[in-house]
Amino acid sequence: MANWGRISSRTIGNHIRKRTNQGFIGSTVDINPSSGSSSALNGGRSVSDQNRRYLNPLPWSRATLSWFQRFKSTVAAKQHDSFLSSDSDDDHLSLDFPGGKVSYTCDMNFISESSQARVPCYRVLDDDGELIKDCDFQQVSKEVAVKMYSKMVSLQIMDTIFYEAQRQGRISFYLTSAGEEAINIASAAALTEQDIILPQYREPGVLLWRGFTLQEFADQCFGNKADYGKGRQMPIHYGSKEHNFFTISSPIATQLPQAAGIAYSLKMDNKKACVVSYIGDGGTSEVSTLTISYFICLLQFAHGYPNCFLQGDFHAGLNFAAVMEAPVIFFCRNNGWAISTNVSEQFRSDGIVVKGRAYGIRSIRVDGNDALAVYTAVSAAREMAVNEQRPILIEALTYRVGHHSTSDDSTKYRQLDEIVYWKNARNPVNRFRNWVQSNGWWSEQEETQLRNSVRKQLLEAIQVAEKTEKPPLSDMFTDVYDYPPPNLEEQEKHLRETISRHPTDYSSDIPL
Amino acid sequence: MFGVVKQKMLRLSLTQIRPAVSALRSYSSAAKQMTVREALNSALDEEMSADPKVFLMGEEVGEYQGAYKISKGLLEKYGPERVLDTPITEAGFAGIGVGAAYYGLKPVVEFMTFNFSMQAIDHIINSAAKSNYMSAGQMSVPIVFRGPNGAAAGVGAQHSQCYASWYASCPGLKVLMPYSSEDARGLLKAAIRDPDPVVFLENELLYGESFPVSDEFLDSSFCLPIGKAKIERVGKDVTITAFSKMVGHALKAAEILEKDGIDAEVINLRSIRPLDRSTISASIRKTNRLITVEEGFPQHGVGAEICASVVEESFAYLDAPVERIAGADVPMPYAANLERMAVPQVEDIVRAAKRACYRSEPLAAVA
Repeated sequence: MANWGRISSRTIGNHIRKRTNQGFIGSTVDINPSSGSSSALNGGRSVSDQNRRYLNPLPWSRATLSWFQRFKSTVAAKQHDSFLSSDSDDDHLSLDFPGGKVSYTCDMNFISESSQARVPCYRVLDDDGELIKDCDFQQVSKEVAVKMYSKMVSLQIMDTIFYEAQRQGRISFYLTSAGEEAINIASAAALTEQDIILPQYREPGVLLWRGFTLQEFADQCFGNKADYGKGRQMPIHYGSKEHNFFTISSPIATQLPQAAGIAYSLKMDNKKACVVSYIGDGGTSEVSTLTISYFICLLQFAHGYPNCFLQGDFHAGLNFAAVMEAPVIFFCRNNGWAISTNVSEQFRSDGIVVKGRAYGIRSIRVDGNDALAVYTAVSAAREMAVNEQRPILIEALTYRVGHHSTSDDSTKYRQLDEIVYWKNARNPVNRFRNWVQSNGWWSEQEETQLRNSVRKQLLEAIQVAEKTEKPPLSDMFTDVYDYPPPNLEEQEKHLRETISRHPTDYSSDIPL
Repeated sequence: MFGVVKQKMLRLSLTQIRPAVSALRSYSSAAKQMTVREALNSALDEEMSADPKVFLMGEEVGEYQGAYKISKGLLEKYGPERVLDTPITEAGFAGIGVGAAYYGLKPVVEFMTFNFSMQAIDHIINSAAKSNYMSAGQMSVPIVFRGPNGAAAGVGAQHSQCYASWYASCPGLKVLMPYSSEDARGLLKAAIRDPDPVVFLENELLYGESFPVSDEFLDSSFCLPIGKAKIERVGKDVTITAFSKMVGHALKAAEILEKDGIDAEVINLRSIRPLDRSTISASIRKTNRLITVEEGFPQHGVGAEICASVVEESFAYLDAPVERIAGADVPMPYAANLERMAVPQVEDIVRAAKRACYRSEPLAAVA
C-alpha cells in the first residue's frame, strides 16, 4: 500500500511538472498564435504547421467550423483527427466521445487548481511612464495621445467635482472612476464610433471620449429637463443612443449576455463593428438574480459573494458568445475590490483571464494603469473580434482608488496607506503624462491651463444644471410603452385633476 | 308563369332552409378546424416569413421541433440562424434576446415552461420591461417571451405555477393569454409586431385542442388587438371573467347554468395587461354580478385586480359581492386526486354563479 502511494504521488508530481513545463496552465497566451505551444491535453505534442489555423488556446476549437457542425457532433469530431497525430512519446491512444476525440492516459492525475506561475500582465510603460525596451505596442499620434491625456484629466476632475457636489447635498449619489482613467479613455480610444458599448457603471470616460459634454453629464446627475434620461434614473446612469453607449442599468453583469445578443445581431447584419462590454471583478461572480443595492449597508458584502457562476450572467454571456462566435470584447476591470469584498474572497482562480480558456475564448491580462498597453490590447482585440468573428476577454489589472460610491467609506475595510499608495505612486494619469511629455507633446503650462479650464467648465455646468427646470409631469407617463395605454392616460388625467383641485399639496416648481 | 311560380316556391323553400344554412355558414368555417399548436406554428411561420428580423430561440426549438412541437418545421424552413437551440441557461438566453432586441432584432424567446422563466426574471423585468422608460425611449425592446404557463397534468409544484399576476403587475410589459386557436394566432402575431416587450402565456393542455376557425383567421394579416377582451358568450344574469384554460371551464359552466335558468356572460380576457376594464365594467353594469375565474394562486391574483377595478368603477351596479374562483393556495400536489382538487373545476364555477344569483347558500357556507 505504502509503495503504491509513493509511486502514484511521484507520478503525479512528474506529470504536473511535465505539464507546467510544457506550458499547461498559466502560459502566456499569444495574441498571434504563431508559436507551436500546446497544452498538456495534447500530451505535449507540437502541432504541425498545416494545422496551425486550428491552433487556439484549446486544441479542439470550433472556431473555423461552419455553423452546421454543431448538429453533427460525431462528424465534427472526426475533423479533429488531423492534428491529434500519433507521433507521441507516451502510451496515449485516443477515444471518441461527443465533443471530439480525446487522448487517454492510464495515469490518474488531477489538473492542478493553479499553475506555478500566474498569467503575466502585458505592459508597455514602466511605473514612471517610460517605454520599456523592446515592447510590442501600437504607436499613437500626437493628436490622439494629447486627446487621450486631456480626457483622462477631464475624467479625473469631473469625478472630483461631482463627488464633492454629492457631499454638499447637491446631487444624491455619485460613483468615481478614480484610478481607472487609463482603462476608461484608452479602451475607448482604440475603438470606432460604430462599436457598441455596454458599460457596467465605472466607465463614463468612454462616453467622455465619444463627445458627451460636461453639461450633459451634469444634466443627468441632476435629473433635470435636459437629461436625456428624462430624470428617470439615479446619477451616473448615463446613456446615449447617438454615441452607441447603452444606458447604464444597475443590476450587475446583466450586460454580458445582452452584449452577446447584440454582437450576434451585428454578425447577422454583417456589420464591421464589435460590441465592448465592461465588467468588474465582482461582476464575474454574478448569478443573475443578485443585484447590488447601493444604499444597503455594505457590511452585507463583508463575507463576499458566493462564487457560483455556473448559471449566471457572466457564464452565460461568455459561453454563448463563444458558441455563437459573436464579435464581442469582454473587458474586465479587475480593480481588487467589489465594494468591501476583496478579490481573494471573490474567486480562487488566477484572476479572470484564466476563465477565458474555460469558455474557449482568447484572453489577455493587461496592466490597466498603462494607457498604451490598454490601447494596444483593445486595438488588437477589436481586430480579432471583427475580422475573425470571435469573442475576446481582456482582464485589466488596476486599483479602485475611490470608495465604491458615495454610499461607501472604504477606509472601513482597507488601509488608508494602501489607497494613498495607489493614488500617488501608481497613478495612471501621471504615468501617461510622463510619456506624453517625454515626447515633447505636453507642457506644464498646458497642464495648468487644461485643469483650470475643465474645472471652470464643470462648476459652470453644475450651476446651470442645478438651475435648469426638472422634467415635466408628462414625462412620468411616457415611454412605459411605445404608446401610452388607456389606463396610463387615465391615471395621468386623474393626477392632473387632483393637482388642480389641491394646488397647495403640490410644490409649484414642478412643471406640468 | 309556371317558371315564376316555381321560382317563388324555390325562393320560399330557400327562405325556410336559410336560417339553417346561415347557422351552418357561421359554423361553415367549422369545416375548418385548427389546433392551438397549429395556430401558434402558423403565426410564427408567417411572422418570420414577413419580417427577417424575427427569430426564435429557446431550448429544443430547433432540431427537436419544439418541446411541444410549436416550432415544428421552422428550423428546416428558416435555418439555424433564425431558429436557435440554446443551452439550458434561461438567464443567459433571455439576456441575449434582450440584447438582440436592444439592437433592433425581434426575438421570440421560448421558455420550456414559465416556471423556468423565474431564472430569467431579472432580464424580463429589469432589462426588458423597464428599459424603454429608463433610457427615455432610446432603448426599445420588441421582444416576445412565450411558452406554456400554469398547470399541466401531473407535473407537480415546480412545473404548474401560473405567472399571469406576477408579470401583469409590472409596468412596461404586456401580458397576453390566449384560449382558442383564434386567440393564439391573432395574439401571437400582435405580440411579435408590437414594439414593447410581451409575455405570452400559453397553456400546455390547450395545445392539442381544436377550435373552429374563419377564413379571415387564415389570412396572413390576421391580428387581434392587444388590450381587448372577447365576450365568448353573451348573457344577462352574471358575468364570468376567465382566461386561458378556464375560459373552456366557464363556457361549460354557462351551459349547465342555462339549464337552471341563469344566463351567464363569459368574458375571455385575452389581455391581462393592459386589462380591458371597460368591457368588464360594461358587462357588470348589465348583469350586476361578477365571478372571476383563474387557475393561479388566489392572493394578489388577477381576480383580485378585476374585483378592485370593478369596485372602483361600477360599485353601485353590483348586486352581489364579487367572488374569485382560483387555484388552491398550496404548491400544486402531484397525486391526481389532489391535483384535481387544487385547480378550479366546472362545478366550482357553477356553484359560485348560483351563489351570486342567490340561488344557493350564502357565501359563508361555501362548499
